[in-house]
Amino acid sequence: MIVPRIRLAGVAKRFGPRQVLAGVDLDVMPGESLVIIGGSGTGKSVTLKLILGLIAPDAGSILVDGQEVVGLKGAALDAHRARFGMLFQGGALFDSLPVWRNVSFALAGSAASRRAAAIDNLARVGLGPEVADLKPAELSGGMQKRVALARAIAARPPIIFFDEPTTGLDPITAAVINDLIRELATDLKITALTITHDMHSVRTVADRVAMLHAGSIIWQGPLASLDGCDNPHVRQFITGSAHGPIQMPGLANRPAR
Amino acid sequence: MALVAIGASVLAAFAAVGRLARFAGTALIRLVQPPWYPAQWLNQMLVIGWLSLPVVGLTAIFTGSALAQQIFIGGSRFNAASTVPAVTVIGVVRELGPVLGGLMVAGRVASAMAAELGTMRVTEQIDALVTLRTDPFRWLVAPRILAAVLVMPFLVLVSNALGVMGGWLLATQRLGFNSAQYLATTARYLQVDDVASSLVKAAVFGFFIALMGCFHGYHSGGGAAGVGRATTNAVVSSFILILLANLVITVILFGS
Ligand SMILES: Nc1ncnc2c1ncn2[C@@H]1O[C@H](COP(=O)(O)OP(=O)(O)OP(=O)(O)O)[C@@H](O)[C@H]1O
Ligand SMILES: [Mg+2]
Repeated sequence: MIVPRIRLAGVAKRFGPRQVLAGVDLDVMPGESLVIIGGSGTGKSVTLKLILGLIAPDAGSILVDGQEVVGLKGAALDAHRARFGMLFQGGALFDSLPVWRNVSFALAGSAASRRAAAIDNLARVGLGPEVADLKPAELSGGMQKRVALARAIAARPPIIFFDEPTTGLDPITAAVINDLIRELATDLKITALTITHDMHSVRTVADRVAMLHAGSIIWQGPLASLDGCDNPHVRQFITGSAHGPIQMPGLANRPAR
Repeated sequence: MALVAIGASVLAAFAAVGRLARFAGTALIRLVQPPWYPAQWLNQMLVIGWLSLPVVGLTAIFTGSALAQQIFIGGSRFNAASTVPAVTVIGVVRELGPVLGGLMVAGRVASAMAAELGTMRVTEQIDALVTLRTDPFRWLVAPRILAAVLVMPFLVLVSNALGVMGGWLLATQRLGFNSAQYLATTARYLQVDDVASSLVKAAVFGFFIALMGCFHGYHSGGGAAGVGRATTNAVVSSFILILLANLVITVILFGS
């Protein structure tokens, strides 16, 4: 049997009174591209941070390549994180450093070679060398997102997390980014875990889709089974309807028309 | 009820001190272990030292002058107006130079550090550092503490010199003192021990300034309001620690 690249079992996390995750079970296989969908605030970003060890779960186990991550410290935790690249939802670029130093931050070598690598990676996300010397604050929101993406992939880690890679991008740039993620998964055998609200992205990027709702994974399956799926939550999400089992608090009692 | 409330706040205070001590300990341990980021150290020395010179210098000149004026007025009542140079140099070097220099740097630097680290915290830049295999203590905290401890003594030397100069300017221009005599008296009363004590104070103040700036910024709460609170807390707590440390050092060095 193949050991899953990532295995979450019974992972729970609460913030104050809010039980955000209440027993998440999820496997990601090596070389697979999994997309997590789910409503805003359901804990998708929190799930990624738990796997990276940025926050600790209240309960449950997180295995990466068969090794327990919860409770790792010091050098073992560093070694664990070295396997990951992460695109943060807000970009999280270092605003004191120019673009090229952001992109090449985790790379070793001379300044000239790191700069060249940065420009290579910028080109992969559709940005020209002229942005290399700008500061993040001088870029548009969509450009910042792409620089952050270039930074996440620069070190070619075996596992990459993409937290909403295409939000804020025009449809053409979004398509370029979707193709890039697809390519990383197919050609470089990178294990990719993507969070997105964009159904177009889901269809390009995903091998498999999982839906997070009310603190747990309520549905998962191969991309091909997404459209035939009869789970009402998933159906409501992929058709983008305001009416269905998923209700916004405050709007719950409005009659459907 | 009241006892429970007092007990709870005492426990909370102990917990806060414990967290602070752990933060400081971690920073110091990481400071002595590689990897080191010398470019970060130099950059911080520039930001803390060079850019603080104007504000520290002006504070010293103004306060040194005002001090000389007050000693002159006070001294005249006892026919002791001639003590102006001696008392000014002692007052400036032992107390005002380091304390006011420390407070001005705290206002400038502790707030800036808390705002910068706090923003990095709430925009997830600190999380991003970690995922890029860089320890925030080595990259952000240690360079700031090291730079502040190394640079503050230089700033305080400047502060002392300009404070004495401010007194001399006022005394010779307005109070009719003879310049050469004033400087000779100043030199006679300027003790090596006093200068050493002001440098010790400066280094300690620098440590507290950077520690408070980094600690509050690193643990900043969410959003702009959280960063604002972190900045305020950094300035207020570094002021209090500077004044308390000054008292403790003064009592230890001069009290007996
Ligand atoms: N550090 C934190 N402290 C307190 N609460 C938090 C923290 N991080 C996340 N939360 C809470 O956890 C919940 C889930 O947050 P998360 O960022 O994972 O949502 P999400 O599923 O990524 O949503 P979106 O699609 O809008 O990005 C939210 O209610 C949020 O308020
Ligand atoms: Mg999110």
